[in-house]
Amino acid sequence: MSTDTDTTPQGAVTGLEKRIEQLRDGVGVFKGDRLGQIGIALILVFVFVGVFARPITIEFLNVTIPGLAPHDPNARAVGGRLEPPSLAHPLGTTQLGRDVFSQLIAGTRVTLLVGSLAAFMAVFIGTNVGLISAYYGGWVDDVLMRITDIVYAVPFLPFAIVLVAIVGSSIVNIIGAIVLILWRSTARVIRSQVLSHKQRPYVESAEAIGASDIRIMYKHILPNVLPLAFLYAAFAVGYAVIAEASLSFLGFGDPNMLSWGEMIFTVYTADAIRQAWWWVFPPGIAITLFVMSVFFIGRTLEKVINPELRHQE
Amino acid sequence: MGLREFVVRRLVQLVFTFWAFFTLLFVLFRLVPGDPTSMFLLDGMTPEQREQRIAELGLDQPLHIQYVSYIEQLLTGDFGQSFIYREPVIDIIVVRFMNTIVLMGTALFFAYLIGVTFGALMGWWRGSRFERGGIIVTLIARSSPEFWVGIVLLSVFVFWLGWFPSSGMRATGGELGGGFLQRYGSIDFLRHLFLPALTGAIVYLATPTLLMRSTMLDVLKADFVEIKKAEGLPEMTVLYKHAARNSVLPLVTVMAIATGAAMGGSVVIETVFNWPGMGREMVRAVNTNDYPIAMAAFFLMGSVVILMNFVADLAYVYLDPRVEYE
Repeated sequence: MSTDTDTTPQGAVTGLEKRIEQLRDGVGVFKGDRLGQIGIALILVFVFVGVFARPITIEFLNVTIPGLAPHDPNARAVGGRLEPPSLAHPLGTTQLGRDVFSQLIAGTRVTLLVGSLAAFMAVFIGTNVGLISAYYGGWVDDVLMRITDIVYAVPFLPFAIVLVAIVGSSIVNIIGAIVLILWRSTARVIRSQVLSHKQRPYVESAEAIGASDIRIMYKHILPNVLPLAFLYAAFAVGYAVIAEASLSFLGFGDPNMLSWGEMIFTVYTADAIRQAWWWVFPPGIAITLFVMSVFFIGRTLEKVINPELRHQE
Repeated sequence: MGLREFVVRRLVQLVFTFWAFFTLLFVLFRLVPGDPTSMFLLDGMTPEQREQRIAELGLDQPLHIQYVSYIEQLLTGDFGQSFIYREPVIDIIVVRFMNTIVLMGTALFFAYLIGVTFGALMGWWRGSRFERGGIIVTLIARSSPEFWVGIVLLSVFVFWLGWFPSSGMRATGGELGGGFLQRYGSIDFLRHLFLPALTGAIVYLATPTLLMRSTMLDVLKADFVEIKKAEGLPEMTVLYKHAARNSVLPLVTVMAIATGAAMGGSVVIETVFNWPGMGREMVRAVNTNDYPIAMAAFFLMGSVVILMNFVADLAYVYLDPRVEYE
């Protein structure tokens, strides 16, 4: 769990030079960490596959970049029904004769979309809540933290199921349902970091010069807690992708956007899980690999933020 | 602030959280876009039947009156009638809830038993190949969604090896015994329980393992471990009696969070293995617009999470005298 990250204070750092120094330090940690490198390499592959999954037409240059998917993932009967892997269909076909390999490639996009958007929004909200809550204190802090407590009381997946069932299963609603829950951990952790930064001399001196609250919060404090926000973003990507996959597996996915979870849902409803291993295993392995790589990156980021962890291995 | 005051404050907070959760449920199920009453009606009703049904459910009352009677109903355990089963929701959901508790309780028990042992050993043998391999295996387990782990186990142990039954809670025709032991103690039941519980155990294993390892590393730095080693005590005695015991504390808090995750996980695991628990019932209810059941299931899951958070907070201050009440 990432909850045990007890980040050491980094002191007041504002200058550009120090930022570059920090960045160099981070790169250094990644250079010495095999798992982090594997994570980054895998993510780059996923992003590449996701971006070039389907043909891209650039209008004003009048060129079309061919897609990586050999077939239209939704075209029926490009092959026979439930064909095992062959040269024409490297991962076989579905019960409707669709090409599994093409579906797998197309599904990468949905995963990237859900993972990045949901994580970004959740961390954006969480960081702001934590920052405002800790900086203003008093009743603002009370209200925001009670709201956070309430969100902690809501079971994640059941909530997403009910919400999506009520408002409809589109990709936007699914991301929304995930974000509504996922921001809570970032809010708590950023709040406790900001609380410690509030006491530091650099904040006091900024106050003394007469800097506005907004300026102190976003110009002075935020850059110092941002690394922690990045760490939580990495984990949030993982949780968001698992949540989307689980929702789709239960049949609440966006019917217009084929995702890996939905592929497995289809195998299940088609009752083909017993024979069609080529159809079940690729999407499952893809989900695990994707989430694994963001967790690997998260682990390495943890070491960047908390140098103490570097000596643990 | 003393312990007593802390407990009182925490109790007030508990009541407040419950109230907020009730309200969230109300808003979620009543104030949805579109006609909120439509979800309480069945297709093919005549207009008169509709009117009667709406009056029966009190849906023609102003919202604040509905809200008050809703709270009253929840507090008395009256969740209404299931649209599909035509039976009181409470009768159906209590049985399902027990099945879920048995399944997820078993899963969490083994996750923590194995996780704590595994994590303690990983911390003890730090820097070894065992530790490095362990971390990777744990991270892979944590990266896999519950349904995926379930499907892999199903493919290997049921479809390929044929060792276990594929779904359900007991063999068809298996008699429903009256007593608890007859119900949950039979070999047939345990054979059905094994794979879904293992799925949960694998997925929830990662958190206690990694946490136990990192607290172990902290504890091992402490002087008393060195002293015990210097006293010439056997390695395993130092590990279990002195180092591991002092590392278990942070796990208490995490267990509450794990229970919350397990509530969500039950939805998926029960669907994969067709386990007649609350999670699967909820998915079925949402799919068939059986909203009273869906709401009751959601209500129970949330209640478990809220109560476990409360228990964890209390247990933490009780177990660790150094904790300051804030």
